Amino acid sequence: MEGQPLSKKRDDFKSRRHFLKLGGLAVAGSGLLLYSCIPEDEPFAQQRQSEGDVFDLGSGDLGILNFAYALEQLEAAFYTRVLDGAYWAGASPIERLYLEDIRGHEVIHREFFKAAINAVAPPEQVLPELEFDFSGVDFSNRDSVLSTSILLEDTGVAAYNGAGDLIDLTLYLQLAGKIVSVEARHAAALRSVYLPGFTEFAGDDVVDEQGLDVARRPQTILQEVGNTGFIVTPFTANNLPTE
Amino acid sequence: MDIIKFLDGFTTEKLTARMSSRRGALAAFGVFGTQALMAAAPCFRTASGKEALKQSNGAAVNALQLALILEYLEAEFYIKALDSGVLPNGRPEAVYMQISKHETAHVEFLKAGLEGAGVEPVFKPEFDYTADGAFAPFDTSNPDAYLQLLTLAQAFEDTGVRAYKGQAGNLQGTPFLMPALRIHSVEARHAAEVRRLRAGFLDISLDEDALPWITLDNRGPGMPPITQPVYDGEEEVVQGGVNLVELTEFGAVEVSQSYDEPLATQEVLQIIAPFLGCKE
Repeated sequence: MEGQPLSKKRDDFKSRRHFLKLGGLAVAGSGLLLYSCIPEDEPFAQQRQSEGDVFDLGSGDLGILNFAYALEQLEAAFYTRVLDGAYWAGASPIERLYLEDIRGHEVIHREFFKAAINAVAPPEQVLPELEFDFSGVDFSNRDSVLSTSILLEDTGVAAYNGAGDLIDLTLYLQLAGKIVSVEARHAAALRSVYLPGFTEFAGDDVVDEQGLDVARRPQTILQEVGNTGFIVTPFTANNLPTE
Repeated sequence: MDIIKFLDGFTTEKLTARMSSRRGALAAFGVFGTQALMAAAPCFRTASGKEALKQSNGAAVNALQLALILEYLEAEFYIKALDSGVLPNGRPEAVYMQISKHETAHVEFLKAGLEGAGVEPVFKPEFDYTADGAFAPFDTSNPDAYLQLLTLAQAFEDTGVRAYKGQAGNLQGTPFLMPALRIHSVEARHAAEVRRLRAGFLDISLDEDALPWITLDNRGPGMPPITQPVYDGEEEVVQGGVNLVELTEFGAVEVSQSYDEPLATQEVLQIIAPFLGCKE
C-alpha cells in the first residue's frame, strides 16, 4: 500500500455508487436545501429568523443529531409503509421477519434521537416530524421495496461513517457507533437476501480495496436524499460542521 | 503467570470437555480474566521486542495495535479456513473469500497506518484456533469442522464489531477515527453474513437468536458457552440515559437488537486469550 492511508484527507472516501442508480428512483427533488445562501458568519438566531419557518438542522453536535434524526425518520417511515404493503404481506418468512425487525429498529432509533435532542435543545431547535412522499416506491413490488431498502441502509452506513469525526461529544460518537453497526447488519442482510451473487453482503461497490466501507459527508448525503424526493418537508443544513 | 499455565488451568478443566458441558469456561473467564490479560500482554511484541500494548504512544496507538491483533486473528483464520478443504463450495467458500480479502486488507491498512505514524506495528502473534483442543476447525476428519468454522467466524466478527466500537473514543480527534469507523461497519456486514450462513446451515434462520442482529445477550443456538463473553452486555436497553423500553412501544428484544454494544480492551483480550498460541 502506498501513500498515507490514514492522512486526514477529506477526499479519500469515495461515493462509489450514486444514490439514484440502485433504485431507479427518478423523482423530482424535494424542497431540501432550497435555502443555502445564508452567510456562514451570521449568528444562528438571526439565520433562523431570516429563513422564516424553514427549519435549519443547526450547528455542532446538535446539527449532527438532527441530521441523524432526519435519516432515522425517513427509514422508520419507509419501513412502516413497507409493512402496510402487499409485497410484505406475501413475502417469504425470512424477508417478512427481517423487514419487521428492521422497521422496529428504525422506529426505536427515531424515538431515541427525538428524546435525546429534546433533552439538550429547546423545542424550536429540534427537527420537526417530517412529511414523506413514497409515491416513487411500489410497495407491492419486491424489487422496488428491497432495492429501496438497500439504498436506505447503505446510505445510513455512509452517513454515520461520514459524520463520526464531525462529532464533538464522545458520548454521541459512541451512540452513533452503536447504531451504525446495526445499520450495516441491515444492509448486509438485505443485500444478501436480494442481490445476486454470494459476496454482495459486503460487495465491492460498498467496500473498497482497502477493506473500508462507504463514508460520505452530511451535505452529500442530504443532496442524495433530496434527490429521491422522499422528504417533503423542506429544511436547511447551512450550519453543519464540515470538519 | 504465563499464558501456557493459564491455558492449562483453563483447558484441562473446561475446554477439553464436550461443547455442551463447557459452562465452567464462563467462570474461568471471570476468575482468570485479569491474569489472562497480564499473561497475554508479552505475546504482543513489535520488531524491536517492545510490548506493543504497553508503548507510551497513547490511547490511539494502543487502539490501533489492538485492532491489528484482532485483524491478524481474523485474517489468518480465514486463510486457513479457505486452505483447509472444510468449506463447502459455492456460497460458503465465496463468503469466506470475500471476508478474507477484507481482513487481509485491514491488516495491511493498519500496519501502514501505524508505520506512517512512526509506530512499530505489533507482530502477528501465534494463534491456536483449536483453543487448546476445544475445536478442530481445519481438520477434514472432524465431522463438525464446518460448523466450528461458522462458530468461530461468528464469534470473531461479532467481537470485531464490539472491539472497534470500544476504541472509537480513543481515536476521536485523530485521523484514524474515520478509517476505523469504516472498518467497523465492514466487520458488522461480515458478522451479519456469517450469522446468516450459520443459521442457514443449522436450519434456524427464523430463530430470534440467530438473526443477523444480536438479540439480548444471546449467543444463539449451537454457539458454545466459551463464546458467551462475546455477547455479555449486548442486552443493554438504556442508551444515552434513556430507557428505550420505557420510551417506545417495543420490548427488550427489539431494543437490544437496535444497538450493538462496545467492548473494552481488556474484555477483547479476554475473549481472544484462548486462541493465543503464544509461548512466552
